[in-house]
Amino acid sequence: MNLRRDVFQAIADPTRRAILLLVASQSMTAGAIAANFDTARPTVSKHLQILTECELLEQEQNGREIYYHLNPKKMKEIADFIEPFRKMWDDRFNKLETIMKKYKSK
Amino acid sequence: MERKTKVNAEDGKQDMVITREFDLPLELLFKAHTDPDIFEQWMSHEYGTTKVLKLENRKYGSWGFETTDAKGNKVFGAQGVFHEYVPNRKITRTFEVDNSPLDVQLEFLEFEELTDSTSKLTMHSVFRSAALRDQLLQQPFEYGINMAHRRLEDIVGRLK
Repeated sequence: MNLRRDVFQAIADPTRRAILLLVASQSMTAGAIAANFDTARPTVSKHLQILTECELLEQEQNGREIYYHLNPKKMKEIADFIEPFRKMWDDRFNKLETIMKKYKSK
Repeated sequence: MERKTKVNAEDGKQDMVITREFDLPLELLFKAHTDPDIFEQWMSHEYGTTKVLKLENRKYGSWGFETTDAKGNKVFGAQGVFHEYVPNRKITRTFEVDNSPLDVQLEFLEFEELTDSTSKLTMHSVFRSAALRDQLLQQPFEYGINMAHRRLEDIVGRLK
């Protein structure tokens, strides 16, 4: 579902933003991340899964443990403040193109 | 072929340029900007329906549209005047957002034919100051987050 790959959707959730802030300073295991929240462990896992799917977090196998760390490239996409504006116009123009293609074939 | 929209806004400047190549003949690209029914379609989205109030496609003609949500609340409105109107080539207009602290902008839309079936749009917007331009550029970030929230609420609502 592409909904989940949308980075802006991912950071709309306060828990997920908190997770990103946590791992910004160091790589952490899922357990260590979960220990910082009152929410149930499976809920935190779900958040980690979403953040990983949209590539804001990357997984790294270290022995038996999986560590999560930030993907700076993807974070830059969010930090780039023009990107949402660009995306808004891109969506709009994609729509225009689709509508006019249908119009043409009528 | 990927036809990505580009936004060029240099630091500290009070203008910006949006460019986009379309897999459409020039006439159709231009028509999408001048036919009210078509304009309403591509300017509407899941959470807002856009209605054209006025679209007098001529020099010194005026234009206006507004977007309302499902409950009929106005979420966006903009109006202005055409200063140049050259079919399939150029539109120069003022652009003023209703109830907004942003002062009126000046926009130059240029339409170019690339091939028989492709075309390019260049939108050059000039703002009163660099700060106002940056303010506008930042709006969709909040908007995007709010949209995502609403989308999420809708999905959760459906699950109930």
